[in-house]
Amino acid sequence: MIEVRDVHKSFGTQAVLRGTSLRIGKGEAVVIIGRSGGGKSILLKHFIGLIRPDSGNVFVDGKDLAPMDERDLLPVRRNFGMLFQMAALFDSLDVFENVGFVLRREGRHDEAEIRRLVAEALDMVELPGIEKKMPAELSGGMRKRVGLARAIVYRPSILLYDEPTTGLDPVAGARIDRLIRRVWEQLNVTSIAVTHDMKSARTIGNRIVMLHEGRIHADAPTEEIFASTDPILYNFVNGIATERTEPT
Amino acid sequence: MQRLLLKRIQAGLEGLGEFAQLAIDTAWSIRYQRPSWRHFVDQLHFIGVKSQSVVLTTGAATGMVLCAQTYFQFHKVKMDTATGAVVSVGMCSELGPVLAGLMLTGRVGAAMSAELGTMKVTEQIDALRTLATHPVDYLVVPRVLATIVSAPLLTAQSVVVGILASYLIGVNLLGIEGAYYLANMRRYTDPVDVLTGLIKAVIFGTIISLVSCLKGLGCRQGAEGVGHATTESVVAASISILVVNFFLTLLLTRLFHG
Ligand SMILES: Nc1ncnc2c1ncn2[C@@H]1O[C@H](COP(=O)(O)OP(=O)(O)OP(=O)(O)O)[C@@H](O)[C@H]1O
Ligand SMILES: [Mg+2]
Repeated sequence: MIEVRDVHKSFGTQAVLRGTSLRIGKGEAVVIIGRSGGGKSILLKHFIGLIRPDSGNVFVDGKDLAPMDERDLLPVRRNFGMLFQMAALFDSLDVFENVGFVLRREGRHDEAEIRRLVAEALDMVELPGIEKKMPAELSGGMRKRVGLARAIVYRPSILLYDEPTTGLDPVAGARIDRLIRRVWEQLNVTSIAVTHDMKSARTIGNRIVMLHEGRIHADAPTEEIFASTDPILYNFVNGIATERTEPT
Repeated sequence: MQRLLLKRIQAGLEGLGEFAQLAIDTAWSIRYQRPSWRHFVDQLHFIGVKSQSVVLTTGAATGMVLCAQTYFQFHKVKMDTATGAVVSVGMCSELGPVLAGLMLTGRVGAAMSAELGTMKVTEQIDALRTLATHPVDYLVVPRVLATIVSAPLLTAQSVVVGILASYLIGVNLLGIEGAYYLANMRRYTDPVDVLTGLIKAVIFGTIISLVSCLKGLGCRQGAEGVGHATTESVVAASISILVVNFFLTLLLTRLFHG
């Protein structure tokens, strides 16, 4: 369970989050939508304590993250898997070392077991046998899928996806959407994804949350969002640029 | 004007605070977390083994000019054979550690802050934190330990090479009597001078690695941020070495010589 309560966050003079409040229950599949530069990635990083709010609180499983220091946060983060927008693979490590990173550091599995789990995760993202490659040798889409494998391999209970399908071709994108859906269904996880892509939002999520001007503008089951007549939501969902919303 | 000065002082103190915090985190991690020996060895290779050519060249060049210049002055007062003593004391306690420290800052410190800065900018540091790993444990500790081990060894190497080079120049080129050169060198060089140099090297190694890691981890966005962090780390570490060296000289001389 994740709860964000009245979170404010600014960078310099730019207020990105201005009183965001949100509750996400265990086992939900939530999609966060919103304009580019609207603070979706920033919000996602608050869930996991990578960024701390200027004011307001973040609770994970009822525990307030505010008083925890970086070391207290590490075991909390172990329950999370995160796919970063740019994948953020460690470029000095090969694919195997990237995907097996947590397993190797924990030292709870032997090397053969880790090899098996890594191969399995790479299979799931449809990139079998690329363990020996370095991140620099991969295309953007491949990196993203390796990032996804790295996030799911250690079986976290909450998965955060930051734009999992941007930069992939439509077919690969649809496959990732289905994969995210399957992970959610089969592994019993809480799934939180940020996306611009309304088609993938429909596949991945049961509930859609729209972040607009630093606050939650809409929060409803997927079908309601798509049927909404609220102008901001309607324009976003249907990709209509109006005079009042400045271009990105 | 006054406000600007106050701001500068405040920024300086904040920087010092961050440095202290990182030093404490690092010490804590070394004490209570199991350091990764594999990364330590990798860093030792990069920092220690691969810096040898730079540091040795610096040592040799310094030994040679120091010898020549001292000889030119001492020759006027017929003290030719004292040249070796000046070179050896100077190399052991001052020039050896300071120049090795500055060369290491340029070669190793810059690389460290650029590497960590790039990791920061490309969210690799965030990814590390997400994967339940403290950046200090995984990145800072191996680098700091490897620099602390490498710095005194490199300094010692550079001093030895510097003294050998000065011997070659002094005896073979300038015609100082070899036996006297060595005898005076031994007579006036105290083991304490060697110890002073090694203590300094350890402290400089600590400063270089911590400052570079601090600047790298605090890197701002973009390629510009990485460039900025690298420049800052080289400047900050070099200045710190020079300032700290002055105080160390005073302190250690007091301590060892009376
Ligand atoms: N480290 C930072 N320092 C300063 N400003 C930042 C930082 N990170 C993000 N921002 C600013 O915060 C705003 C929100 O960024 P964020 O990455 O959350 O947007 P987003 O909604 O994820 O956009 P996109 O869909 O394009 O990824 C941006 O305008 C960005 O300029
Ligand atoms: Mg984003």
